[in-house]
Amino acid sequence: MPDMSESESSAAPSGALSRDDVAHVAKLALLDLSDAEIDRFTGQLGAVLESAAKLAALDLGDLAPTHHPFGLTNVTRPDEIVPSLDRDIVLAQAPDIEDNRFKTPPALGEDS
Amino acid sequence: MSEQTANTTPGAVAADLPEGWEIVIGLEVHVELNTATKLFCGCPNSFGDEPNTNVCPTCLGLPGSLPVLNDRAVESAMRLGRALNCDVNSSVFSRKNYFYPDQPKDYQVSQYDLPTNTEGHITLADGTRIGIERAHIEEDAGKLNHGGGDGRIHGADYSMADYNRAGVPLVEIVSHPELRSAADARAYVSELRSIVTAVDVSDAKMEEGSMRVDANVSVRPIGSDELRTRCEVKNINSLRSLERAINFEARRHVDLYDNGERPKQETRHWDEEAGRSRSGRSKEDAEDYRYFPEPDLVPLVVTDDDITRLDASLPTMPSARRAQLGEKSGASNDDINLLIERGQDGFALETIDAGADAKRVVVHLINNLSEGHGQLTAASFAAMIRMETGGDLSSTQAKEVLAEMVASGGDPAAIASAKGFEAMDGGELESILDGIIAENPDEWQRFCDGDDKEKKKMQGMFTGQIMKATKGQADGAAVAKLLAQKSAS
Amino acid sequence: MTESFQTPSATSIAAGVRDGSQSAADVIDAAIGAVEAREGELNAYNLVLADDARTAAAAIDQKIAAGETVGPLAGVPVAIKDNMCTTGVATTCSSKILEGWVPPYSATVVERLAAAGAVMVGKTNLDEFAMGSSTENSAFGPSKNPHDITKVPGGSSGGSAATVGAGAVPVSLGSDTGGSIRQPASLCGVVGVKPTYGMVSRYGLIAFASSLDQIGPFTTTVADAALVLEVIGGHDPRDSTSIPEPMPNLTEALGKGVDGLRIGIISELSGDPSLGSVEGIAPDVAARAAAAAAALEAAGASIEHVSIPSSVHGLPAYYLIAPAEASSNLARYDGVRYGLRSDGPNALAMNAASRTEGFGEEVKRRIMLGTYALTSGYYDAYYGQAQKVRTLMIDEFNAHYQNFDLLLSPTSPTTAFELDAKTADPMTMYVNDVCTIPSNLTGQPAMSVPFGVGDDGMPVGVQVLAPMMGEATMFRAAAVLEEAARV
Ligand SMILES: [Mg+2]
Ligand SMILES: [Zn+2]
Repeated sequence: MPDMSESESSAAPSGALSRDDVAHVAKLALLDLSDAEIDRFTGQLGAVLESAAKLAALDLGDLAPTHHPFGLTNVTRPDEIVPSLDRDIVLAQAPDIEDNRFKTPPALGEDS
Repeated sequence: MSEQTANTTPGAVAADLPEGWEIVIGLEVHVELNTATKLFCGCPNSFGDEPNTNVCPTCLGLPGSLPVLNDRAVESAMRLGRALNCDVNSSVFSRKNYFYPDQPKDYQVSQYDLPTNTEGHITLADGTRIGIERAHIEEDAGKLNHGGGDGRIHGADYSMADYNRAGVPLVEIVSHPELRSAADARAYVSELRSIVTAVDVSDAKMEEGSMRVDANVSVRPIGSDELRTRCEVKNINSLRSLERAINFEARRHVDLYDNGERPKQETRHWDEEAGRSRSGRSKEDAEDYRYFPEPDLVPLVVTDDDITRLDASLPTMPSARRAQLGEKSGASNDDINLLIERGQDGFALETIDAGADAKRVVVHLINNLSEGHGQLTAASFAAMIRMETGGDLSSTQAKEVLAEMVASGGDPAAIASAKGFEAMDGGELESILDGIIAENPDEWQRFCDGDDKEKKKMQGMFTGQIMKATKGQADGAAVAKLLAQKSAS
Repeated sequence: MTESFQTPSATSIAAGVRDGSQSAADVIDAAIGAVEAREGELNAYNLVLADDARTAAAAIDQKIAAGETVGPLAGVPVAIKDNMCTTGVATTCSSKILEGWVPPYSATVVERLAAAGAVMVGKTNLDEFAMGSSTENSAFGPSKNPHDITKVPGGSSGGSAATVGAGAVPVSLGSDTGGSIRQPASLCGVVGVKPTYGMVSRYGLIAFASSLDQIGPFTTTVADAALVLEVIGGHDPRDSTSIPEPMPNLTEALGKGVDGLRIGIISELSGDPSLGSVEGIAPDVAARAAAAAAALEAAGASIEHVSIPSSVHGLPAYYLIAPAEASSNLARYDGVRYGLRSDGPNALAMNAASRTEGFGEEVKRRIMLGTYALTSGYYDAYYGQAQKVRTLMIDEFNAHYQNFDLLLSPTSPTTAFELDAKTADPMTMYVNDVCTIPSNLTGQPAMSVPFGVGDDGMPVGVQVLAPMMGEATMFRAAAVLEEAARV
């Protein structure tokens, strides 16, 4: 169940980005950054976010966000079967397979 | 039946929960929709096929692939929403971002702040009303198997992903935390299942995974209205597991509080064999799913006309059917609930409407048809019961005929005659009884003149003797009728 | 610099192949020869498909010999940006993480080009996952500007722009998320079109930022651009954001001139500080844009300066929205189903190692930026706010399109810059997109038309902007500018 409060809370961006922020984001983004990279990104991302902070300061009243420039709605397809891919072609691209499945190192976490 | 709400009625507390505590339960139920194809691609939505055969660029998350929404999945979700008394809204799909190998895109397309269905409720058999927060559409993930170790996730050497299930349409139904006992939780899931099957949007089989229940469980002192730390218990595969898991989890929390500890918020896995839940992924390191509107899909707009059309398409709901069945069968609430839980209520009503004795219908369904009714039709079931109540079949014979009809269909009279179940005519039965009376004159006197208790005892004795003499072929009702007639004359 | 070969236009090639005055085989031979002659210095291609192209050309010639109908691009050599899927042909996005990946399906545009008789000669180099403005972010080395190989071709569709700019092929496809067709078109002296969002199917285009990405053509002439866009455009049920309305007829619009059209020069992007222009637009580029306006005026259009204050918000909004969507779009490169896999003790560690090894610096930077913009505490302030700014921009541009048929600006603030000149500081690179980004955010079409050279003798493009589905009018102005540039 999504925690509905998550994205509704709004923090005013300070514009300042800390090294810890960058390390946390790297974890979320699943990137192993070196200390040097974290330092470099902290500066570079900070500069981009500084200009973003100016945007955040704009009072846009009750303007709705635009997610789709053309404004289409209700685009669906009929519930009809389309042929699937040939499994050999699919698995041929896999880094590793076993038993016609995509093999990975052990997935920790939930038993699904 | 008085309407009660779960908020004000604690309901039955688990037998082993100490005095003074109550359970707070919210359920998340994932229902797999029975569409022909997946939610966002034309791959077959089917269970049990060879791994990775029902996959395409879209459900494999190949670079450059795009989703297109299945219209039937939307229709099914909205119908289910109306059946759950929800508001059906215009909606937007979002991406829930997290890395896991069963998720081909490493995000799940789901509905977040603008789901299709919001704020509904269902009414349990005892009148308790349970609020539903939302029922949103989302895609399923693939299936992981684990190799090496003991085949379970812990200690596995490697994992293997099959994406046949990835992209199968789900509706996730989230209840308010208004359930107060494991029994209520069970009743809620049963009711949900009968609603889902009534609107025919899913098989809703917990055993096959087309209906999956996660329970958010916490406890609190009775009288308090706080919501304490909850644990989400997953891997619950049957109604029985659901009850056991909730009671175990509640007890675990109470024990922790009693020891001056507190539960930590986490996902736990129910181990049915061991009868306990086990710690899964800890949520201490709060997840951040970075939801945002799915840019590859456009909003769904629902009009008042859509709602009118949906409502007109809905069949009679189980609660209404329950009332109808109670009225027509006179069966007890427990029996009715059992029939509803098993999804047999519709068949029961149909059979009664086809002219069968209501009590026999209920008895047969509950005792002899617990595994389902196979090839049996309501009409042939009713015909069989008419033979039974008419004295053409004994109850033992009826059971046999019924088993045959379930297995291979057919006409009850033909089956009875093939089995040599010729109806015993009244004269034959009477001469057998006369013989027994002659051998037991005292007992017969006690049957005719005794008080109710005595009468009942002797009736049992004579019935038993007749059954013995006829090798169980005599019809119980006919015997009772004969005994009554003869003792009164 | 060798200028030994200058391709004829697609229109004339197709006409010649169809009427039998030349064979597709000869056309393709010449194109492959030209491509290979320059490839050593330009590095425009990740893959040249000489054999496949010759086979396809022979098939077209056979069809013609058999009297079968062939499409409007019969025998026309085309190069495809290597972020569009091609069945059986490696597609890399110029990233190590996809090196060697062979898609089992083709992008809609690739299918439509083939159905029209076009012949794919190769997959072109780009900034990794289309993130960049110089094609220096390619894992396979930078492409070079065909007019001066010490300079960048622009980006991210640098390879596609360079090969058309070199005259090797008449047509290539690029993708434009923040200017990635128009800016390299400007720097390489070719025509480049970013169509209305939703006009060209994105099916099979490997996503950078889904709500901004559009595919469009590079060509040597405006007429060719119209022809190619007519072939690749139009509704595709496999893309939910594809516009269902019929394609405007562009070829028909070409000769209609601009007499009576009202055209606005965007003050904020004019290079004139007295008009409130942003900094960084070079005077020689600004002068060419002014000359273009004068040419349009001479052809009968009315020209006025128009202030669109929100246009300056484009850059920061873009650098939140595009990375946010990219951070999610690029999550799938996890080493499980395809692409690079690195070692790790468990699945998550393997995912992380693969991503860390497979993605280049700029891609990582944008994934980080986008992930941050979507985190729970900052969503509203960053991503949410940027999407509201889009609405503000759309409202403002639409208001001006009540009074103007078209708008005009430079395409790129400068002519092509030296290789490595801007790689050290991402912000100086990002500023390259200031003129092109607004159209991606609004979804409106825009195109770059070559209009002379700058002080350094390098090409300068001017940008024509139009309202949604306003391509027909946009092409009228482009054709007039093309004519004016010739004299
Ligand atoms: Mg869910
Ligand atoms: Zn599929």
